[in-house]
Amino acid sequence: MDLLNGLVALLNFVVIPAVAYGSQLALGALGVTLIYGILRFSNFAHGDTMAFGTTVTILVTWALQAAGLSLGPLPVALLALPAGILACVLLVLGTDRLVYRFYREVRAKPVILVIVSIGVMFITNGIVRFIIGPDDQSFADGARFVVSARDFRDWSGLEEGLAIRTSQVLTMVTAAIVVAALFWFLNRTRTGKSMRAYSDNEDLALLSGINPEKVVAVTWIIVAALATVAGVLYGLDKGFKPFTYFQLLLPIFASAIVGGLGSPLGAIAGGFVIAFSEVGVTYAWKKVLGYMMPEALEPQSLVQLLSTDYKFAVSFVILLVVLLFRPTGIFRGKSV
Amino acid sequence: MSGLALNNLARGAALYALVAVLILGTGFLQSWNSALLILNMGLVSAVMALGVNLQWGFAGLFNVGVMGFVALGGLATVLVSMPPVPEAWAAGGLRVVGGLALGAAVIVLAAVVLRRATSFKVPLVLAVLIGGFILYRWVFDAGTSAVEAVDPASTGYLGGLGLPVLVAWPVGGLLAAGAAWIIGKAALGLRSDYLAIATLGIAEIVVAVMKNEDWMARGVKNVIGLPRPVPYEIDLQRDAGFAERAAGWGLDPVTASTLWVKVLYAGLFAAVLAVLLVLAQLALASPWGRMMRAIRDNETAAEAMGKDVTGRHLQIFILGSAVCGIAGAMMTTLDGQLTPGTYQPLRFTFLIWVMVIVGGSGNNFGAVLGGFVIWFFWVQVEPMGRWFLEFVTSGMSDGAVKRHLLESAAHMRLLTMGIILLLVLRFAPRGLIPER
Repeated sequence: MDLLNGLVALLNFVVIPAVAYGSQLALGALGVTLIYGILRFSNFAHGDTMAFGTTVTILVTWALQAAGLSLGPLPVALLALPAGILACVLLVLGTDRLVYRFYREVRAKPVILVIVSIGVMFITNGIVRFIIGPDDQSFADGARFVVSARDFRDWSGLEEGLAIRTSQVLTMVTAAIVVAALFWFLNRTRTGKSMRAYSDNEDLALLSGINPEKVVAVTWIIVAALATVAGVLYGLDKGFKPFTYFQLLLPIFASAIVGGLGSPLGAIAGGFVIAFSEVGVTYAWKKVLGYMMPEALEPQSLVQLLSTDYKFAVSFVILLVVLLFRPTGIFRGKSV
Repeated sequence: MSGLALNNLARGAALYALVAVLILGTGFLQSWNSALLILNMGLVSAVMALGVNLQWGFAGLFNVGVMGFVALGGLATVLVSMPPVPEAWAAGGLRVVGGLALGAAVIVLAAVVLRRATSFKVPLVLAVLIGGFILYRWVFDAGTSAVEAVDPASTGYLGGLGLPVLVAWPVGGLLAAGAAWIIGKAALGLRSDYLAIATLGIAEIVVAVMKNEDWMARGVKNVIGLPRPVPYEIDLQRDAGFAERAAGWGLDPVTASTLWVKVLYAGLFAAVLAVLLVLAQLALASPWGRMMRAIRDNETAAEAMGKDVTGRHLQIFILGSAVCGIAGAMMTTLDGQLTPGTYQPLRFTFLIWVMVIVGGSGNNFGAVLGGFVIWFFWVQVEPMGRWFLEFVTSGMSDGAVKRHLLESAAHMRLLTMGIILLLVLRFAPRGLIPER
């Protein structure tokens, strides 16, 4: 019985939150890795792109909520998501036309593009704060739990409860659908194949008649969609605040690099590696260990390796270890 | 000297004159206090820009962690200049220091094992790290809670060394240099973006540590009342001789004392800036500077000529970060308090980048100029933005939209800085005073 209780506690406090967070990171890292593969620079504006898509989604959600709309157990934000994606697509295509295209034409060094993306980050950040302000916003509605702790206890007769939030299930399901669709697109469609070809060898791809501007435009559209979905899911799960989205850059980049920059599969794996490490290291294991260990060995302290304030340090340390020992990442992405 | 260089010189002189006019104009139109405030922070910004220019302009290294190095400089002022807290030292000082030493020893041991072990490398290293970590936490945690329990409302930390605050400036540089060494070791020699991401990470972590480790510098409870290198206003006002001299200038003692203190700070900062500027200019003109630029312009060719590219990069990365650390210590000294909550990446990292790029990367005088110009606009954009928004909304009826727009004036800064950065990069990528 104690072992079961321990497993439930582990599931409740570590596995489920980490899988949800990992899905959000994976979606973010996919966007970063696609930009890196096709446009060949690290896009520092990605966190703020996520924030922008989420901001528009939130505004539309509020409008729909004010109109009295409800999706029952699901959040209304799902209905508003397409509007957010559309606005985000317009934003990134506009920035590409106004800002990035020039540097592609003059074949600027990647580091120049990184600085340019920082300028874009400033502006996007400013726009987001201008529209919605710098404070926390909440836009989740519908049922809060799919399974509540009390129901689970009543059903199973265990001491430990298992709570699964709607936002967590939604995150996992949406992420699975989006990733499946993305891989189908990259591997099965003509445009997707031309994107991969362009990413692998730009010159050969150009020789075989692939239109680079089309590849770039399609990439931006996909990235905007991924960023908005990731941002909205994160916002539903943990609340929206512009500065938090900027801070997400670090774990997102760590995910993409750990997996191997430019490798979509790596981005997903990296997202889960970072999420599980972050949750695992900052979780206080006292409860789980209390169930699992024989009584004599039960821990007295919280057994929390690191306070949650240092969760960024976890991504950072993993990043450093990867850079030191395997700079191309788990899946051998691009490097040097 | 070619005509182009002369042209550049004239242009530089004209631009510096313009900055002088802007600051003097603030003095005449607003107040001399605000003018001196802009001048002082402009000087500090110029030192930061000089540090970033060393890294970016000389070597093409992309450091997005300026905030972290600046914050380390700020931390140094507390650690050096605040008086020690004997009760806290008695309560757990040795335990804290011992814990830290133990932590360092564990890392060294792990590195030795990694290098020496011939078999079971990974399990051995993991065993050392995990065992060491548990031991470290056991020693360290008890120490910190004991220290933090000592009169938490006013101290609750170990205090500093009680040395003169000016000592903190070079120490701030050393702290920043140490952090830069760790990052540089890991991320240099790889893709240029990796350094960017690693520095972004260290900056967030440095600030997180400063916010949460209360035993060190009180965390978000802030350390106020740092010792000053210049006299206090109140002492000046009591000094009869000073009041007499102030009257000679036609000023009342209170105004005169605030102005005089700011002038003294400006003198100190200007001296530091001048020394660093001369050193940077000498370095740029030396064979070492030529080698750096050669590496920047063509790494492959420089490597083929036998230059140790990664080693030189590490060197200049550490130097540039140290300069940022010195600037950070200067800034905290000027503020008279350490407030970890105020370190924002947009203000302390990206703003410095805008300064360097607008001023002219690769040109020390350009970077310094950029520091002054951008700081001036950073201070003045908010009132200008508010004025602009008031102008735009003047025709609107009072309502939610108008109120929202007026409240958003603060965010105009981000927008303006982003637009300035993009415009300069696109249309004048060499900046106000180009390298050559």
